[in-house]
Amino acid sequence: MMAAALRALGGHWRRHPLQLLTLVIGLALATGLWTGVQAINAQARSSYAEAAVVLDRDALPRLTGELTLQDFAAARRAGWNVSPVIEARVPGTSLRLVGLDPFTSPPGSATAPLGETETLVAFLAGETVLVAPNTLSELPVGLSGTGVDGIAPGIVLADIAAAQRILETDRIDALLILPTPRDGLTPLTELIPGSARQEPAGEGGDIGRLTDSFHLNLTAFGLLAFAVGLFIVHAAIGLAFEQRRPLFRTLRALGLPSRTLTLCLALELAALTLAGGAIGIVLGYAVAAALLPGVAATLSGLYGARVDGGLTLSPLWWLSGFAMAGAGLAIAGGRSLWQLATLPVLAPAMPRAWAQARISTLRLQAITGVALLAGAAILALTATGLIAGFLLLGALLLGAALLLPPLLMRVLSLGARSATGPVTQWLWADARQQIPGLSLALMALMLALSANIGVSTMVGSFRGTFTGWLDQRLAAELYLYAEDESQAREIARFLEDRVDAVLPIVAAQANLEGAPGEIYGLLDHATYRENWPLLDQVPDVWSRLAAGEGALVNEQLARREDVWTGTHVDLGSGGRWPVLGVYSDYGNPRGQAYLGLDAFRDRFPETSATRFAVRVAPERVEAVSEQLASTFDLAPDRVVNQAEIKQFSLNVFERTFAVTGALNALTLGVAAFALWASLTTLSGMRVPQVAPLWALGLTRARIAQLDLIRAVGLALLTALLAIPVGIGLAWALLAVVNVQAFGWRLPLRVFPVDWIVLSGWALLAAAAAAALPAARLWRMPPADLVKVFAHER
Amino acid sequence: MNGKAIRIVLTAALVAVSSTPAASQGFAGLGQGGEGFALPERGRAFTFPEDHGPHPEYRIEWWYLTAVLEGEDGRDYGIQWTLFRSALTPVGPQVWMGHFGLTTPEAHFSGERFARGDVGQAGVMAQPFAAWIDDWRLERNGAGDGDELDSLRLSADTGEAGYELSFVATGPLVRHGEDGFSVKSASGQASYYYSQPFYDVGGTLRLPDGDVEVTGRGWLDREWSSQPLEDDQEGWDWFSLHLTGGERLMAFQLRGGTPFTYASWIEPDGTVTPYYGELVLDPLDLSDVSGRDVPTTWRLALPPEGVDVTVTAVNPQSWQGTLFPYWEGPVTAEGTHSARGYLEMTGYE
Repeated sequence: MMAAALRALGGHWRRHPLQLLTLVIGLALATGLWTGVQAINAQARSSYAEAAVVLDRDALPRLTGELTLQDFAAARRAGWNVSPVIEARVPGTSLRLVGLDPFTSPPGSATAPLGETETLVAFLAGETVLVAPNTLSELPVGLSGTGVDGIAPGIVLADIAAAQRILETDRIDALLILPTPRDGLTPLTELIPGSARQEPAGEGGDIGRLTDSFHLNLTAFGLLAFAVGLFIVHAAIGLAFEQRRPLFRTLRALGLPSRTLTLCLALELAALTLAGGAIGIVLGYAVAAALLPGVAATLSGLYGARVDGGLTLSPLWWLSGFAMAGAGLAIAGGRSLWQLATLPVLAPAMPRAWAQARISTLRLQAITGVALLAGAAILALTATGLIAGFLLLGALLLGAALLLPPLLMRVLSLGARSATGPVTQWLWADARQQIPGLSLALMALMLALSANIGVSTMVGSFRGTFTGWLDQRLAAELYLYAEDESQAREIARFLEDRVDAVLPIVAAQANLEGAPGEIYGLLDHATYRENWPLLDQVPDVWSRLAAGEGALVNEQLARREDVWTGTHVDLGSGGRWPVLGVYSDYGNPRGQAYLGLDAFRDRFPETSATRFAVRVAPERVEAVSEQLASTFDLAPDRVVNQAEIKQFSLNVFERTFAVTGALNALTLGVAAFALWASLTTLSGMRVPQVAPLWALGLTRARIAQLDLIRAVGLALLTALLAIPVGIGLAWALLAVVNVQAFGWRLPLRVFPVDWIVLSGWALLAAAAAAALPAARLWRMPPADLVKVFAHER
Repeated sequence: MNGKAIRIVLTAALVAVSSTPAASQGFAGLGQGGEGFALPERGRAFTFPEDHGPHPEYRIEWWYLTAVLEGEDGRDYGIQWTLFRSALTPVGPQVWMGHFGLTTPEAHFSGERFARGDVGQAGVMAQPFAAWIDDWRLERNGAGDGDELDSLRLSADTGEAGYELSFVATGPLVRHGEDGFSVKSASGQASYYYSQPFYDVGGTLRLPDGDVEVTGRGWLDREWSSQPLEDDQEGWDWFSLHLTGGERLMAFQLRGGTPFTYASWIEPDGTVTPYYGELVLDPLDLSDVSGRDVPTTWRLALPPEGVDVTVTAVNPQSWQGTLFPYWEGPVTAEGTHSARGYLEMTGYE
C-alpha cells in the first residue's frame, strides 16, 4: 500500500517538474551558501591550528633567555622534557623561519616527511627545509625545500642547527617545556641561570581570536543566505502540500492510514533533503573554492594569519551540509506535515487558493512584526553581551520581514485610491491580490537587500574609518627598526640633522587592569598633537601627558574596564595613573596605554629604544631611506615607508571587499530566484484571473507588460523599505555587536550611491524573475484562455 | 616527533631486531651493503676500554642491558635498558634512541627516548664509562682497577615506572662467535659482539604501587655493525640464560630465508664454546600479544651440551609498545637444566 501511496504522491512532482526543481534548487542554494561559508571558516581555522601546532606557542610554557643547544642538552639530561625552538624571519624574505629539533619537538603532521631517511638526513644537514607546497617558490636562493601539506603557508621549518646556520647564531630563542611526568626535578631557572619561564600567552594574543570578527561576519552571511533559501523551500513545499490536499483526502478515504501517509510524506522530504543537500554541498564546495583565495589573502594581510589556499574538508563538513539541508526542510515542511497528520478524513478537499489562505495572517504578521521591532529597539538601547547583540539582529531582520507584506498592502491600497481608469485600478488591485502569494519571496528579497546594505555599510564604514585612522596613526613618513640599541643610537645621531624629527617608539609589556597588554612611551611632538584625534580627552591633554600627569588608554581597555577621563587606570608595573584620554585602536584585542616618554623611562628604565618614527619632508623620504640602508646595512624590512604600509592596508581592504561583494551578489541571486519561483507558480494559478481581462479586450502582450511593471514596482517598494532596515542592521553591527565582540565602536558612514546601485540591481533581478512568466503569458495560446470559461472552476 | 617518522628512521638503528626484509631494503640502500660504512672484519682484536665507546664509522651500535630479578616480595621481575646509536650516513649525523622495559608478572612498562647526536643530549663515553640519553644513565660506579664495565649504576624512569640498580661483574667479558666476530647469516653478514653476562644486580624498582627492593643477575650486550641482516631475514629470537650451575647460554636464530642459528655456551669462568647450526628452537605455545601471535613458550635444545629445556615467559605480555615494537621480557627455563634469563623476539607482525 505504501508503494502505491508513494507513487500517487510522486505523480504530483511528475506533473509539476518546475515546482520540484524550485524546491531542490532552493534547498541546494541555501545549503550551498551555508556550507561554502563554513568550508572557508573551517579551512582558515585549521590553518591557524597547523601554525599553532608547529610552534605550540599558545599551549606550552617556554624557557627564554640567552640559551644555546648545550642548555637544551643540560635540561634534557636533568630530566626535563624540553625542545628547542627558533622563531625568526628567513633573512631577506617575509617567510617565518621555525627551527626545531625533530626528535623532541611535540608531535605534528608537519614533520611527517622526515620519516624518509633521505629527507631526514638532508633536513638535519640543513640541505632541505620543510614548507607548504605553495611556499616553495618563495624560498630565497640557496635554500631548497620539500613541500609538505601539513605546514601552514609562509612558514619554513628547519632543523634547529640548520636554523642557527641560516641566522648565523649559536643561540636558540626558547625551550618549549612539554609535560614532564616526573616531580622533584631541579627547576629550569636554577639549572640555567639567567633564564626565565614564560607561561603561555593568554587568549588575547591568539590569532583565532583576532580573526574572529572576520569569521563572525562570514558566518552571519552564511546564515542569512540559508534563511533566504529557506523562504524558497518553504514556499515551494507549502504549495505542494496545498495542491495535493484532494489527493490526500482521496488516499485517506481509500483507507490509507494517516500514519502511513505522514510517513510517506516524511520519506519524500528525506529524499528531497538528500538530493538538495548533495547538490548544495557540491555548490558550497565550488563557492568556497572560488572565494578562498580572497579570504586567505585578506586574513594574511589583516592579521598575518596564513591560510592555505587549497580546500581540505573533513567528513564532518559534508555531514553538516546534509544536516543543514534536513533541518531546513524540516522547518519548511514541518508545519504542513503536522497539519496533514491532524487533518480529518473528510476535510474539504477543495484546494483553497493557497495564496488566498494567508491573507488572514497578514494582520497577525503586522502585529508580530511591530512587536519584534519594538523588542529590537529595546535591545538596541540596553543590549550588553554578544548574544543580546545577535538577538537584536534577529529581531530587527525578522520584524522587518514580517512587516513587509502588511506595509506593501497598505501602500498599494493608498495607491489604488489615486488610480484613475479601469486598467490602472485593476493593476493596483491585482498587485494587492498577489501580495500574499509573493510575500515570502518579497521578504526574502528584502532580507537579501537589507543584508547587502547592512554589510556593505559596515564594511565601508570600517574601511573609511580604518584608512582615516591609518593616516592619523602613521603620521610619520618613515619607520625604522634598528637591530640593537647601539645601532639605534648611531642611527639617531646620523639622522639628527638630516630629518625634521626622530621620534623613539618604546614599549613594555605590563598587566593593564590585570590583563596582559602594552605600554608605550610617547615623546611630546607636534606630530601627535596634530594628527591624533581622541575619543575622549581632558583639556590640554598632550601637555599633561608630556608632563607625566597621566596616561592615554585605548578604546578596548576603556570599554572593557570602564576607564574614561576622570577615572584612574592601573597599568601594573607601569603604575596607576589618571586617564587623560582614550584613543581608537582598531583590530587590537589587547589593552594598550601611552605614558609620556619621561614617565615611561622612570618606570621602565631598562627598555631600549630600537624603533623610531622619522618625520621628513615627503620628497626626501626615498633619499633618506636609501642613505640609511647603505650606511647601516639595514635589511629592507627594517626601513618601512609609510606609503607602503598604507598601500598594503588598502590592498587588504580591497580584497575584503572582493569577498563580501561576491557573497552579496550570491544572496541577491538567491532572492531573485525565490521571486522567479513564486511568480512562476502564481502565473499558473492566475490564468482564470487573467482570462476575463483578455476577454474584455486587453491584449496578451499588454497583460504581460503590466505583469512586468507590477513585479518591478513591488521590487522597488521592497528595496525602498530595505534601505532603512539595512542601515539599522549596519548600526546594530557597528554599535552593538562590534563593541560587544571586539571592544571598539566604529562610526556609521552612509553611502547613498551604493543604495541606488543596489536598488537598480534589485529591479533588474525582479524584472528578470518576472520576464519568464510574463513571456509565457504573452505566448499563451488563446485557446487556453478560452478554456477557462469552458471549465467549471 | 611524528611516530612513523622516527620509527622508520631508527629502523636503521634496529636492523638487527628489525621486522621485514622490505623494511631493511628500503632505507638508503641499507640492504645493499652499507657503502661508505666500515664493515666488521674477522680477526680484529678488541681493545678496551676504547671499544666500550661508540664506533661512529659503523652504521649501528647498541649497549643492551637486561636483568632477571627477584623482589623482596618473592616475585619475579625483569628490566631492560638499551641505548641505540645510528649513523644516518658514514659522515653523520648520529641519531640516538633509548629503550626502557620493566616487567612484572602482571604488567609491562616501556618507554623510549630519541636524541640528536650533536649536542650531548645522548652519547657514550668509554672512560670513565657512561652511556646516557636525557636523564637515563648507565655509568661506571666508583673507581677501581678492573674493566670499565665491572661495576655499573643504571638509572631510568618513565614517570610511570623506573629503576635504580647497581651491577657488579663476577666474571670476565666474553666474546661471541670467532673472538667477537659474530656471523649472522650463511652468506657471512656479521657484527662485532661481546658481552658481560656475569653481573650480580641489586637495587630498587619504582612501580606505580610503590618501591620494590630487588636482587638478581644481569647481562650486558655490546654489538656494532653496518649490515647485520640478510635481506630475506625476517627477524630473530634471542635468548640469554643464567643457568643454576653458573653457566651462561646465549642463543639466537634468524628466521626467514636460510634459517641461521648460533649459540655461545659460556662456562662459569668465561670460556666460550660457539655452536653454529646446533641449536634447536621450537615454539610450543603462542600468545596473543597486542594483536599478534607471539611464541611465549619454547623448547630450547643444544644437544652438544646436553641442554633441552622448556623456556616460559614470566609475563607473556612483555610487549615493548614502542614506536618500533617487539617482545622482550624475563623467562624461566626448566628441563635438563634450570635457568632464568631474557628473551627477545622481533619480526612478529
